[in-house]
Amino acid sequence: MKVLVGVKRVVDYAVKVRVRPDKKGVITDNVQHSMNPFDEIALEEAVKLKEAKKAKEIVAVSFGPAKAQETLRTALAKGADKAIHIEVDAKTAEKLEPFHVAKALAKIAKDDNYDAVFVGKQAIDDDANQTGQLIAGFLNWPQATFASKVEVDGKALKVTREIDGGLDTVKVNLPAVLSADLRLNEPRYATLPNIMKAKKKPLEKKTPKDLGIDLTSQTEVLEVSEPPARTGGEFVEDVNALLAKLREKGAIP
Amino acid sequence: MLASKVSVLRNFSAIGARFNSTLVIAEHDDAKLSGITLNAITAAQKLNQDISVLVAGASSAKVAEEVSKIANVKRVLVAQDDKLKAQLPERVSETVVAAQKQFNFTHILAGASSFGRGLIPRVAAQLDVSPISEITTVHSTDTFSRPTYAGNAIAKVKSSAAIKVFTVRGTAFEQAASSGGSAATEQSPIGDVKTDLSEFLGQELVKSDRPDLGSAKIIISGGRGLKSGDNFKLLYELADKLGAAVGASRAAVDAGFVANDLQIGQTGKIVAPELYIAVGISGAIQHIAGMKDSKIIVAINKDKEAPIFQIADYGLVADLFKAVPEITAALK
Repeated sequence: MKVLVGVKRVVDYAVKVRVRPDKKGVITDNVQHSMNPFDEIALEEAVKLKEAKKAKEIVAVSFGPAKAQETLRTALAKGADKAIHIEVDAKTAEKLEPFHVAKALAKIAKDDNYDAVFVGKQAIDDDANQTGQLIAGFLNWPQATFASKVEVDGKALKVTREIDGGLDTVKVNLPAVLSADLRLNEPRYATLPNIMKAKKKPLEKKTPKDLGIDLTSQTEVLEVSEPPARTGGEFVEDVNALLAKLREKGAIP
Repeated sequence: MLASKVSVLRNFSAIGARFNSTLVIAEHDDAKLSGITLNAITAAQKLNQDISVLVAGASSAKVAEEVSKIANVKRVLVAQDDKLKAQLPERVSETVVAAQKQFNFTHILAGASSFGRGLIPRVAAQLDVSPISEITTVHSTDTFSRPTYAGNAIAKVKSSAAIKVFTVRGTAFEQAASSGGSAATEQSPIGDVKTDLSEFLGQELVKSDRPDLGSAKIIISGGRGLKSGDNFKLLYELADKLGAAVGASRAAVDAGFVANDLQIGQTGKIVAPELYIAVGISGAIQHIAGMKDSKIIVAINKDKEAPIFQIADYGLVADLFKAVPEITAALK
């Protein structure tokens, strides 16, 4: 099985983001970035399948500005065999929608005969939760979203999914798209020797034009604003004081 | 003269209204409509267009009847076929596309549940349009707001897509009245449904007598501070007294105290109850993303510096193992 893994460089999950004064976006300059946590999980699953001899080749792909290469090197250090960087300038990258990214990944997956595309269930910056489903829709491949357990079953994947009321299990025939949920696995750290080795692994560059992708925006961001702030609360002395306050507000009987 | 101009304009807008129409995809389990569909219908009403609701499933007749009574629904489209059992996205999306071909909707939407999130982007790809996730405000027929960065930035976006395809955050819209409507029911094409892509093998739903997290008026959530799954019974006892639902932070889920589907946060459920009681939860950005729109937030934590206190209306610095049983006892 040949697996394409989509990885995105995002503002690190521990950073408290701030909205830009011009309200055009959030401040991303000089802010810690890292690989989207869900993509780390998707990649880990692919690498584990390779270690279990169920997958032959793992290729990491990222669509973004020059710095996306750092994320791809991380992916290589964690076990990807090869990386593909679809490069755009920073300004274009800001306007990319999951729609464009999915088109590009779908094109690569189809042209190079991949058996599966693994992505994280959502990127923690745009919180869209779309790319995997879009890729599957463009390719007319089955999709196993929000995966928390994956088993290879011949020419299919048996996937346990996290759904609202609990779990369900689906079998998707390959080629298929999988999106990783938090509980799928515990991603490994890249070790120093592997980081060194990753520098020698192949990193191929492509442009949206090579892939024939039209980057026309369909979703224009008019304004980005801070959410309404909650008014400051108060500390209460003890349980009785708390219950009195809640009764006063009619929140409890 | 002026009067005739006005009437011409009126006619134009009437024609416009006829051409613009909205399709809501109903979420259900072949027996009952899921509550989030009612929230999605309210969002659809804000578009001021005719609303159709598609009920696709293996036996959708009963749910279709339920849907036909919802206020402001004009038409119920029923797609009933064994192939649509368990409503796999690969199959339902074909039905949606077939309905779109026949009826030409300008807007297609569903609730942002695991069902809607799985289905809607796939439909968008098949229609070659860029979808919009989890809107919280409808400004106009093409402009919406949605949270990004775990709810720390609200993006107002304008879509130029030929068909607006989006999901709706349930807690951001009231539920539409489930009675008072009298929609016409029509058959919908099921489309080119292929059965060789995927197969539904089964599900394991967590059974509970407590209210569902999405619709509960009171939620009591536990975090790492609970220390074990057994200790969650302190929260269950209090929840039962208040008719509340029980939720959890990621730390509590990862530690195996409770099942995953109870997780509240950026990557779990988004809730907005009247009263949210966070017990032994520090208040990481990712958790706050899932509950900060609650009306009243109470935090019980022994660490006075815990970030949860910055958003809590009432904070109690106390040992939860002492405070929670005290509250339960006081409510007796």
